[in-house]
Amino acid sequence: MKLSQIAHTRSGDKGDTANIGVIAWREEDYAILKRELTAQRVKAYFGALVQGEVERFELPNLGALNFLLHRSLGGGGTVTLRLDAQGKTYGAALLNMEIDA
Amino acid sequence: MIRIGNGQGFWGDWLEAPVRLVEQGPLDYLILDYLAEVTMSVLQKQKQADPTRGYASDFPPLMARLAPKLKANKIKVVANAGGVNPRGCAEAVRKLAPELKIAVVTGDDLYDGIDDLMARGHEMRDMDTGAPLATVRDRIQSANAYIGAFPLAEALATGADVVIAGRSTDTALALAPMVHEFGWGPADYSLLASGTIAGHIVECGAQCTGGNSQCDWQTIPDMANIGYPIIEAEADGTFVITKHEGTGGRVTVDTVKEQLLYELGDPKRYLTPDCTADFTSIQLASDGENRVRVHGIVGSERPPTLKLSISFSDGWKSIGTLVYSAPDALAKARAADLIVRARLANLGLHFEEIRTEYFGVNACNGPVAPPSANPPEVQLRIGVRDADRKAVDRFTRELIPLVLNGPPGATGFGDGRPAVREIVAYWSALLPREEVTTSVEVFE
Repeated sequence: MKLSQIAHTRSGDKGDTANIGVIAWREEDYAILKRELTAQRVKAYFGALVQGEVERFELPNLGALNFLLHRSLGGGGTVTLRLDAQGKTYGAALLNMEIDA
Repeated sequence: MIRIGNGQGFWGDWLEAPVRLVEQGPLDYLILDYLAEVTMSVLQKQKQADPTRGYASDFPPLMARLAPKLKANKIKVVANAGGVNPRGCAEAVRKLAPELKIAVVTGDDLYDGIDDLMARGHEMRDMDTGAPLATVRDRIQSANAYIGAFPLAEALATGADVVIAGRSTDTALALAPMVHEFGWGPADYSLLASGTIAGHIVECGAQCTGGNSQCDWQTIPDMANIGYPIIEAEADGTFVITKHEGTGGRVTVDTVKEQLLYELGDPKRYLTPDCTADFTSIQLASDGENRVRVHGIVGSERPPTLKLSISFSDGWKSIGTLVYSAPDALAKARAADLIVRARLANLGLHFEEIRTEYFGVNACNGPVAPPSANPPEVQLRIGVRDADRKAVDRFTRELIPLVLNGPPGATGFGDGRPAVREIVAYWSALLPREEVTTSVEVFE
């Protein structure tokens, strides 16, 4: 299934690092997020878009994971030549990822 | 309980939002967040050109528009509208709204003290690259320390109607009224963390009340009249996020969660000048329609350093576009890209970066974008970046000729050559907090 079936996201920037918050719609699906959305798989999914490492943080109280995508914004802020300078669309892009239920 | 509403998520946010917060329901404090990293350098340039400028110029006319209602309802305003010239901002407000008592917080602006700090051994290394600030010294355009809620609370204690700060943190704007009203002290870590997290939830305005939300966005009511967020803060650190009755938008546990995750780093260590907040302690509960109760927040000691926001000139860039139509829109755009690159190479021009995106195909998501079989129209978007302004300027002349001397069906060049813009890059560093002394000044 697609990640969009069990989660919603919001993404933003800090310099050249984008963050994606992934939130389970239902509390019980947080375990699936934790199992399926490893930092390695998120990095592999975005491919060349992420030049640096991907870090993952857990927020079990919110049923959410937070990912930091380092060096993913073409220099970030005002330096970047990207249309999506702040990674605003990365969260929605992640929702297309195929995961196991 | 006090009600704190945020009417501005950034400079350029909806002009009507603060007016509606004041007019459409009960409110004790109106907070306004005007500053982003980039904003500081723009304001510093304005101030260099004209020493009376350098602040958020939307703010004084807004205060004039709101003054009678602020006075009548005893609503206080806390804003980081001062930019790099909080005193100038106060002067402008005083001219337009003389009935308002204004307190100004200064001390965050380190632009004139950088050399002294360096001479005394502060390297102010970039938090990303580790390079010392000396490497860009001659290109610095602004330098500010993020300051916290306590100086703002001190300003509120003067009885001012309006508190104007420079580079205070976004979250401090919300925390300061709580510190002032409830008498919280610097060691009340968990209370300070609660107010900080309340500030984080509202700092982007309507992003917690249904704006930019994936929570069934098609069903969010009356977005034309979206309500901006209000914190109902209690002295024990618990609070409710809500909006005025009758406004559009939606506040649910899910819309609040989305904003909690926005621009978040390590959730256990959310560092501010006031405290270290732990986002993994936050408990949310629905508290009726468009009301979310937040409790359980734990905090710890503030860091010994303050974060600096420094901007510096970092070369030039230009981004140009052309639109190609069917048939074969994408193939034409790709061919045009190769032609531009070949012509730039023939001129002997090299750039630190040339980037091509195909808007309508992959501009937002690059390699992750789902394949698009044969889009009927595609915008070719080419950008270049370099320290040599002449090279960037030459690039701007290489796009429009393609309309006549490239692949067929190009249009969308009505605005002429793309502009060359200076790149103002951002440098973040840490400085021991003793090096920053704030003060409060009252304008009556």
